[in-house]
Amino acid sequence: MFEAVLLTVITAATPLLIAAIGELVVERSGVLNLGVEGMMIMGAVIGFAIANQTGSGTLGVVAAIVAGMAMSALFGFLVLVLVTNQVATGLALTILGIGLSGMIGEAYIGVPGLDLPQLYIPGLSEIPFIGPVFFQQDAIVYMSFALVAIVAYGLFRTRVGLVLRAVGDNHGSAHALGYSVIKIRFAAVLFGGACAGLAGAYMSLAYTPQWVENMTAGRGWIALALVVFSSWLPLRVVVGAYLFGAVSVLNLHAQAVELDIPSQLLSSLPYLATILVLVLISANRRLTLVNTPACLGKPFVPDR
Amino acid sequence: MKSLLKATVAAVAFAAAGSAAQAADVKACFVYVGPVGDFGWSYQHDQGRLAVEEQFGDKVETAYLESVPEGPDAERAIERFAREGCNIIFTTSFGYMNPTLKVAKKFPDVKFEHATGYKTADNVATYNSKFHEGRYIIGQIAAKQSKSGVAGYIASFPIPEVVAGINAFLLGAQSVNPDFDLKVVWVNSWFDPGKEADAAKALIDQGADIITQHTDSTAPLQVAQERGVHGFGQASDMINFAKDAQYTAIIDDWAPYYVERVQAVLDGNWHSESTWDGLAEGHVVMAPYTNLPDDVTEMAKATEAKIKGGWEPFTGPITKQDGSVAAEDGVTLDTGAILGMNWYVQGVDDQLPQ
Repeated sequence: MFEAVLLTVITAATPLLIAAIGELVVERSGVLNLGVEGMMIMGAVIGFAIANQTGSGTLGVVAAIVAGMAMSALFGFLVLVLVTNQVATGLALTILGIGLSGMIGEAYIGVPGLDLPQLYIPGLSEIPFIGPVFFQQDAIVYMSFALVAIVAYGLFRTRVGLVLRAVGDNHGSAHALGYSVIKIRFAAVLFGGACAGLAGAYMSLAYTPQWVENMTAGRGWIALALVVFSSWLPLRVVVGAYLFGAVSVLNLHAQAVELDIPSQLLSSLPYLATILVLVLISANRRLTLVNTPACLGKPFVPDR
Repeated sequence: MKSLLKATVAAVAFAAAGSAAQAADVKACFVYVGPVGDFGWSYQHDQGRLAVEEQFGDKVETAYLESVPEGPDAERAIERFAREGCNIIFTTSFGYMNPTLKVAKKFPDVKFEHATGYKTADNVATYNSKFHEGRYIIGQIAAKQSKSGVAGYIASFPIPEVVAGINAFLLGAQSVNPDFDLKVVWVNSWFDPGKEADAAKALIDQGADIITQHTDSTAPLQVAQERGVHGFGQASDMINFAKDAQYTAIIDDWAPYYVERVQAVLDGNWHSESTWDGLAEGHVVMAPYTNLPDDVTEMAKATEAKIKGGWEPFTGPITKQDGSVAAEDGVTLDTGAILGMNWYVQGVDDQLPQ
């Protein structure tokens, strides 16, 4: 029973986790990309379409990642090269993604999807309780675990991570030291796009294997909120994503076991929890400032 | 907000297209709450619109706005249509009721048709289908087929139509198995495939082996297929998504009504009415019965025939959840009582959100 609940929590949390970890890297480099929802939905539709055409889930996932990156490349070109307003460009990217995906996906409405197979990790998957929950999942769930580990290690334990954070904290100094701020930010934006595309593929190939318009239903925005919630720390993103997934799934279970709580209150619980944590975090002003990328959303034009 | 922007984009595109073609006698416009690609509620309404186009050819021009949120945005979308020269505007969600009436007051020459509402005016008609007739049948099937004796019901919002659907389902089930248990989960959304899938999983984990829904995506049925339990399609035939899991589906067929009403505008004899038709008139259609033993199919067909013959599923004895009598033996609830239903029948294990 508890095991079943946990399994549902993981499926609910995984797309949020992947999209949020990508956006975290983007924001750490000092760029605010509000287009997560748009990149995610494009990943969902392209992933579904390619998997459907080729019959290969792997190709679908790869195509989704490429689609997310293509969207983010467009965003990167606009905000980094042409120095457009990041907030406006990000919002436009979301609108573009939703509209474009609806158009591309028209032929795939009502077509059953391809379900990604569960991969059983030999040995580990037989451990009671932990095995079925963590080691009998599809490939994207494992990728989400790997992503978190790579980002957490990479950001704080490697030179690349140090440079990325430097660019996000003070792009003037990083530039003076000879780092190419634009190139580094572009790479971070592409990484964010790849993650959002992967999260989209999880929606249309694993979570609910089908294509319907607007199927991400606002999850990109929740991923954005989770990055703030985590105060830009990768491991806290995991906590946030799983907390959010858990509360929204528990809401449904609470109703199914007929707990006498109004469903509207239960539905708003994940959001209330987010607000509560944000209040708690912001209470410690100094700690918040340490982790917030100081150049977040600020345009950079190198002076030559 | 995303939907609003999308709707605005659609509206602008439509305005550009609208000025080009003025040859049509009547312009019929449709406002949808979801994307036309939801393969559920809005998809079926759009099928109705396409039927109108096919029926009248060049005589009638149609236009639609999709994903229009209920509330103030809806009012803007409807008013836009009225200004664009639409002769008849179909607003296809319960939450469009007050916006429709507000706009209708400003445009007395335009005909309005509001789906699933209960307020009319001189130029506002309402229409709805007796979906609860179909739900009574699937309730009977559920009780026959369930091994655990528990069904899960994924509900959207506590409005009368949804409540009546839950009651009809349970009355159908109780007619077969008086102790049938029904778990209700409210997802507070018409369309969120992920959340609907999670709700289905939660219900199955709590022992339900029949899943039914009053939300618009195919996700719950897909979960049923995956988990080896059964369910029913909603709004359209969803058999492609659940070959082994779908017993039948309650299909909304709006085409006959839309054709009839547009014809009335063409003929100049449109009147404000409240239309409420069901299986007998073909506005509600049962998808082929599949994955069922012959005797259950026979029973379902017999009930379907009985309803088509004029029998109302809300015929007493009906007891409310609080134990009071809703209808004496043999008494049929009147139309108003069904369309305004805000109480559960006895046996629903849920508190109705107020």
